[in-house]
Amino acid sequence: MLQYVIRRLLIMIPTLLAISLVAFIIIQLPPGDYLTTVITNAAARGETIDPAEVARLERQYGLDKPIVLQYFDWLGGLLVGDWGYSFEYNRPVSELIWERIGWSFVISLLSLLVVWFVAFPLGVFSAVRQHSWGDYITAFFGFIGLSTPDFLLALLLLYISFAWFNQSVGGLFSPEYIDAAWSLARFGDLLAHLWVPLVILGTNGIASMTRIMRANLLDELRKPYVTTARAKGLTEARLTMKYPVRIAVNPLVSSSGGLLAGLISGEAIVAVVLSLPTTGPMLLGALRAQDMYLAASFIMLLSVLTTVGVLLSDIALAWVDPRIRFG
Amino acid sequence: MRFPWPKRRQEMETPVGPGSPLEDAKYDLTPNIPTDTPGHWFDVTDADGTDEESLIEARATQREGTVDVAPQWKLVWWRFRKSKLAVFGLVMTILLYLVAIFAPFIAPYTTSEINAQYTYAPPQRLHFFQDGRWDPYVTGYQVEIDAESLRRTFEPDDSQRVDVDFFVRGHEWEFLGLFPTDLHLIGTENSSDPMYLMGADHNGRDLFSRIIYATRISMTIGLVGVAISFVLGIVLGGISGYFGGWVDMFIQRLIEFIGALPTIPLWMGLAAALPPQWGGLQVYFGITIILSLIGWTGLARVVRGRFLQLREEDFVIAAQLDGASRMRIITRHMLPSFSSHIIAQLTLSIPAMILGETSLSFLGLGIRAPNVSWGVLLEGANNVRAIATAPWLLLPALAVMIAVMALYFLGDGLRDAADPYSG
Repeated sequence: MLQYVIRRLLIMIPTLLAISLVAFIIIQLPPGDYLTTVITNAAARGETIDPAEVARLERQYGLDKPIVLQYFDWLGGLLVGDWGYSFEYNRPVSELIWERIGWSFVISLLSLLVVWFVAFPLGVFSAVRQHSWGDYITAFFGFIGLSTPDFLLALLLLYISFAWFNQSVGGLFSPEYIDAAWSLARFGDLLAHLWVPLVILGTNGIASMTRIMRANLLDELRKPYVTTARAKGLTEARLTMKYPVRIAVNPLVSSSGGLLAGLISGEAIVAVVLSLPTTGPMLLGALRAQDMYLAASFIMLLSVLTTVGVLLSDIALAWVDPRIRFG
Repeated sequence: MRFPWPKRRQEMETPVGPGSPLEDAKYDLTPNIPTDTPGHWFDVTDADGTDEESLIEARATQREGTVDVAPQWKLVWWRFRKSKLAVFGLVMTILLYLVAIFAPFIAPYTTSEINAQYTYAPPQRLHFFQDGRWDPYVTGYQVEIDAESLRRTFEPDDSQRVDVDFFVRGHEWEFLGLFPTDLHLIGTENSSDPMYLMGADHNGRDLFSRIIYATRISMTIGLVGVAISFVLGIVLGGISGYFGGWVDMFIQRLIEFIGALPTIPLWMGLAAALPPQWGGLQVYFGITIILSLIGWTGLARVVRGRFLQLREEDFVIAAQLDGASRMRIITRHMLPSFSSHIIAQLTLSIPAMILGETSLSFLGLGIRAPNVSWGVLLEGANNVRAIATAPWLLLPALAVMIAVMALYFLGDGLRDAADPYSG
């Protein structure tokens, strides 16, 4: 097991390097750089910057070096926690993003749990009671869940809560608790807000996970050993839970990594609609303002988060399924 | 397992699809069988559930010496027909593309006809009969102007009827860009009267017309994007599956890597880098390329899997022994036998493209006004206040859901029909 984990950790190194390359390319894509922004801003104020000053700034930011060297400088900065500078907020990027990334991670992880807790019983139920009304209703809502993008669901929920309950959802805290210290009341307020993004984000995953679980379990239930178990006189509940469910759960575990990637990705856009204090709105703002270091750091961190999620789900799969551990 | 090469054609008892080395051979088809009725070979709608293979075999032994051959696309179509959801998906998809082609005919107005008098006018109901006679009309408005905020409030008023007609003359448009005409499906008899079947937006533009026109970009961006992913997926997946070894290893890692990236933030980053001075068409292609950079992986995986499987098939080995060149084996023998899988996979990747475009445009990073897509239209509904004043602005979402669901059903049905063993 330990060997497997170490091997997987080693594979992560090239992946992380590739991610950093993608993020760097995104920084470089828009025409111009930070300096041209400074010069244009100065020109807009009616000032001129003398060429010697420009050259000094170029040297200071390393913009006179070849692009490959710039990449390695940036990469080295990442490793020591120097994430670059946000032009828009006029603060180092590393000061800005941790709290937001933290909330993104908490919300994505919690919605993964929600998906699991709902999809698992639903999948088992619709496989065991195939072609029942419950199965059809699950399939129907599953199709709707699959075809509705998260942000549409968020918009609909916004409308429904406004039109029917005359209150606005959104954010993670009520105004009076935003800057308050942690207390039981603040936690309760958080819970009252948190379920909205969790439900929205979870729908898509619940729909697909239920389908996967149902299909896997149906395959297992048709196998001869189930008949044998039944012939031996095991109760239905025991014979289902004892073996077929345990095997059917494997693909569910292995697809959790991809699911987490989808959740983190979807969270970015749902957060914009619901104005959550997570990465989404700030990333969008950074991209609009071409605040490239901030944007690239967000993309970099979100990607790292996703690969770590995939790694965790692979380890979990190896833990559940010995064939992978020793294969 | 290898079977001996059949010496005479008559020894073949199972139907031969394209992709088999025998497909070039001609068969004795009994001349009096009308080719358009499948029932002559076997009844696919048979309720007793007899499987197709045994029926074919039974028929084949009945008439000794002849082999009845249905081309593979026909077999796929017969299996496809069995699923009602799939057929429903197919019909809806065809309808949506027809709407895209005939958008100027169906839409009563253009996308940019502004009418400041009718900002946020609610949808009007369409009635077909008046006093028991065929005389279509829409309910008119009772307009009240708030003295302080100058905001207009509209109340539907059945006493003010606006007469409408079908097949009326309106603004000019060109069918397929070739034939100028001014015929429209529906329009008001008096052109100054309002007709907002799905309400108006903040500029008093007709939402119905805009949704109809938006079908064009939203539905084609999936097609173009899929075409690009198709090339990428088939080339890289094919190389990966055919050569194996370190090439396969590298491409597989690449696919895994792309699969592990959070798509929406990445799309956002790339889309934000599109130069602001680009025109509508350039942005359109820019967005499709960005979407397909990530979308090709699913297709590549399917192609690779099929390649690995087919490489070991007897007919490929037979073709190799026959001295066929590598290119000929791939294009003539292997590709036809999984083309239906590819089509199914392609159909299934269109919805993701549509959703991707909708998300980007909704965030203001995708298609830019004055071009309209469903995402662009939804951008007008991105805050509570807009939705509260004009809930009908959410209607484009319904269009997205219908399109995505139709394509899912269609793709699911195609995949099941293409692979009878998938269960």
